[in-house]
Amino acid sequence: MENRPAAAKPRDHRPPLGTGGRISPARVRSLIHKEMLQIVRDPSSIAIALVLPLFLIALFGYALSLDVKDVPVAIVMEQIGPDATDLAGAFALSKYFTPTVVTSMKEAVDLMRAHKVDGVVRIRGSFGRDLAEGDAPLQVIVHGVDANRGRIMQGYVQGALAIWASQRGRPERPGATADNPPPLVGSVQVQSRVWFNNAMESHYFLVPGLVVLIMTLTGALLTALVMAREWERGTLEALFVTPVRTGEILIGKTVPYFFLGMGGLLLTTLAGRFLFEVPLRGSVLVLTAGSALYLFVALGFGLFISSATRNQFVASQLALLATFLPAVFLSGFIFDLAGAPKAVRVISCIFPARYYVSFLQTVFLAGNVWSIIIPNCAALGAMALFFFGLTLRKTKKKLA
Amino acid sequence: MESLRRIRILIWKELLAILKDKRSRFTVFVPPLIQTLVFGYAATYDLERVHYAVYDEDRSEASRQLLARFDGSGVFVRMADLTNEKGIAPLIDSKQVLLVVRIKDDFERTLLSGQTAAVQVLADGRNSNTAATALNYINTIVETFNADWTTAHNGQSPPLLPIPRAWYNPNLETRWYMIPGMIAMLTLVQMIVITSMSVAREREQGTLDQLLVTPFRPFEIMVGKSLPSILIGLIQTTGVLAIALLWFNIPFQGNPATLYFGIMLFLLASVGFGLMISSVSDTMQQALLGGFLSIMPFAMLSGLNTPISNMPKSIQYVTYLNPMRYAISLTHRVFLEGASLRDILPDLWPMAIIAAISLTVAASMFRRHVA
Repeated sequence: MENRPAAAKPRDHRPPLGTGGRISPARVRSLIHKEMLQIVRDPSSIAIALVLPLFLIALFGYALSLDVKDVPVAIVMEQIGPDATDLAGAFALSKYFTPTVVTSMKEAVDLMRAHKVDGVVRIRGSFGRDLAEGDAPLQVIVHGVDANRGRIMQGYVQGALAIWASQRGRPERPGATADNPPPLVGSVQVQSRVWFNNAMESHYFLVPGLVVLIMTLTGALLTALVMAREWERGTLEALFVTPVRTGEILIGKTVPYFFLGMGGLLLTTLAGRFLFEVPLRGSVLVLTAGSALYLFVALGFGLFISSATRNQFVASQLALLATFLPAVFLSGFIFDLAGAPKAVRVISCIFPARYYVSFLQTVFLAGNVWSIIIPNCAALGAMALFFFGLTLRKTKKKLA
Repeated sequence: MESLRRIRILIWKELLAILKDKRSRFTVFVPPLIQTLVFGYAATYDLERVHYAVYDEDRSEASRQLLARFDGSGVFVRMADLTNEKGIAPLIDSKQVLLVVRIKDDFERTLLSGQTAAVQVLADGRNSNTAATALNYINTIVETFNADWTTAHNGQSPPLLPIPRAWYNPNLETRWYMIPGMIAMLTLVQMIVITSMSVAREREQGTLDQLLVTPFRPFEIMVGKSLPSILIGLIQTTGVLAIALLWFNIPFQGNPATLYFGIMLFLLASVGFGLMISSVSDTMQQALLGGFLSIMPFAMLSGLNTPISNMPKSIQYVTYLNPMRYAISLTHRVFLEGASLRDILPDLWPMAIIAAISLTVAASMFRRHVA
C-alpha cells in the first residue's frame, strides 16, 4: 500500500502509537464489519446507493427529453386567400407544430404574452400578391426566453417553409412562358448520419451521465458525511486509542462504500440496458475497471474533505460544490464543453468527472476505443493516488 | 409579545450558529455565487467551436465554395483533410473531430445540372444533443449557400423571405434563460438543505432536546428555524441578481419588487418542505438524502432543464404540484418579459396554495415528530 511511507514518517523522535507495524487483515476486517453494520442500521446509506439511482433513472428516463415537438404557434392570417390557407395547412400537417389560426397580429401577441403559443408566423394581407411577384416577406417570431428551444423552433419553421415553397414550385418568372421555362437550379441537401446513436435518443447520453452522478453521490458525498460524522461525534478519537492504524481506518471506510458505489453502477447499467435499451458496446471489464478508478477518486476526495473540515454541514456543502455540481455542469454530461469559454474548459480539467464522462460515453456507445480510454483512465488513476495520499496525511492520529 | 421576544432570540441563535463559524459562513454565501458564475459560462447548449474534417472527393469550385462557408463561420475548425474513407472512423472514434463532411465526386456536376446534390455529414452521436446542434449549424450554412447559389444562377430570389425574430431574448442566448432560472434553483436548494440540516444537526447533537425543555414552544422553534433560512435565501437571491445584472448584463425588464414578492412566496413553500424533511430525519445524513430526493424531482420537473411541454402528459399534470415550476416561470416572466404582478397571477396563486399546505403540514409534522 502506498500509505506506508507517509505513516512511517515520525513527527516526533518516537513514532506515535499505532503508526508502526503492518496492516493487519484482522483489524481491517473488523473495521469493515463495523462500517457495514452502520450502513445496514442507517437505511439512508443504502437508500443513497440503491434507491436514489432507481429514482434518478425513472426521472431522467421518463421526464427528460430535449426533443421539441407539438409547438403551439399562432398563424396570423390577415387576409384569407388560397396561398395563405395552403401555407397554414402545411403547419397543421407538421408533427412539430400545433397551430392556432388568428386574424390579427394583436391576437397573436396576446397569445404569446399569455404563453399560450411559443411562436408567431405572420402572413400579411398582401401575401398572395407578393408571392406571385416572387418576393413574399414572412414574419417569424419565436418566444426566445428558452433560447435553446427558440433556436430549434426557428429551425423547424424555416424547414417547414422551405418544404412548402419547394412543393409549391417556383412562381413563374416574369417573361417566362411555356416555350421559355426558367432554368433549373440545383441545391445542396445535407444527408446526415449520426454515429453511435443514429436515432438521436437522448437516453443514450443521459444514462452514462447518470452513472457519473450516482458514483459521485455515493463516493464523495456519502463518504464525506460518514467520515465527518465520526470526527464530529468523537468516535474517530475513540478509534485512535486502539491499536488500529490510519491506513486501516481508511481501508475500512473505503471498502464498504466502494461496493455500494459499484452496486449503483450495476443497477444503473442494467436499468439503462433493459428499460431504455441503451447499448453497452465496450467490454464489461473495461467499464468496471474505469468506474473503479473514478470511485477511488471520489472516495479519496470525500475522505479528504471530511478530514479537512471535520464538520458534516461544511463537508456536505463542499462535496456538493466540488464534486456534484462539476459532475453536472463541467463534465460534458449535458452541456458540451465545446460551448464553454476557454477558461471554463481549462478549469474543467481539474475535476475528475470530466474524464469519467468521456470514458463512459465512449465505452457505452462507441466501444473499446483505447485512444480515449487510456488517457482518461490515466488521469483518474493519478487523481486517486493524489487524494488518498493527501487524506493519509490529513488523518494523522492527532486530535487537533 | 413574550412569544415574539423568544422567537427573536431563537433567530439570533440560529444566525449565530450558521454565521459564526468561518467555514460555514463561507459555504453559505460563496458557493452559490461561484455556482452562478460557472453556470452562466458552462450551462449552454450553443457550441463555440466544432472540430471537423473534410473528405472532398470532388475538389471542384462548388465544393470549395461550400467548404469556405464552413471555415468562415467562426464555429467550424477544420482539423484534417482526408483522402480516403478509411480515415474517417479513427478521427471520430478518438474524438479528434465531432463530424466529417464528405462531398462525393459528382457534387458540382449534379448541382450544375439543376439537381439536388448531397453532402454527407457523419457526426459523433455520443452526446446526441451536441450532434443535433452541430447539424443545425450545418443546415443553416447549407441553406444560405443554396439561397446564394440560386440567386447567382438564375438571378431570382427565393419566393419566401422568412424574417426571423426572437422576442425577449433577441440573440437567443442560453445564459439569459439559465441565470434567472438560477435564482429559483438556488433558493430551492439552499432552503431545503439549510433548514433540514440545521434541525437535524441539533437533533444529532442532542441540543434539540435541550431546546425542548426550555419554555420555547414547538411553534416558536419552527419559526426560529425558518426565518433565518428565509433571510439567507433573500440575501442569496440578491447576490445572484447582482451577478446577472452587473456581471452578465442581462437586462431586467420588470419590477424588482414583483420578483421579490414571488420569490418570497417560493421561499415559504420551500422552507415548508425543508421542515417536513427535518421532521422525519434523525441524522444529517438522512436529512441530506431527503433533501436530494425532493430537490431532484422539483428541479427536473420545473421546466428549467427541459421544457414541460416535452414531457409525457401524465408527468405534465404532476408538475402542477411543483412549486419550482411556478418559480421558474415567474422569474423568467418578470426578469425577461417585464411581467407585472397581474401577469404572473397564474403563477402566484398556485404557489400560495402550495406554500400554505406545505407550511401547515410541516407545522403538524414538526409538532408530532420533534416535540
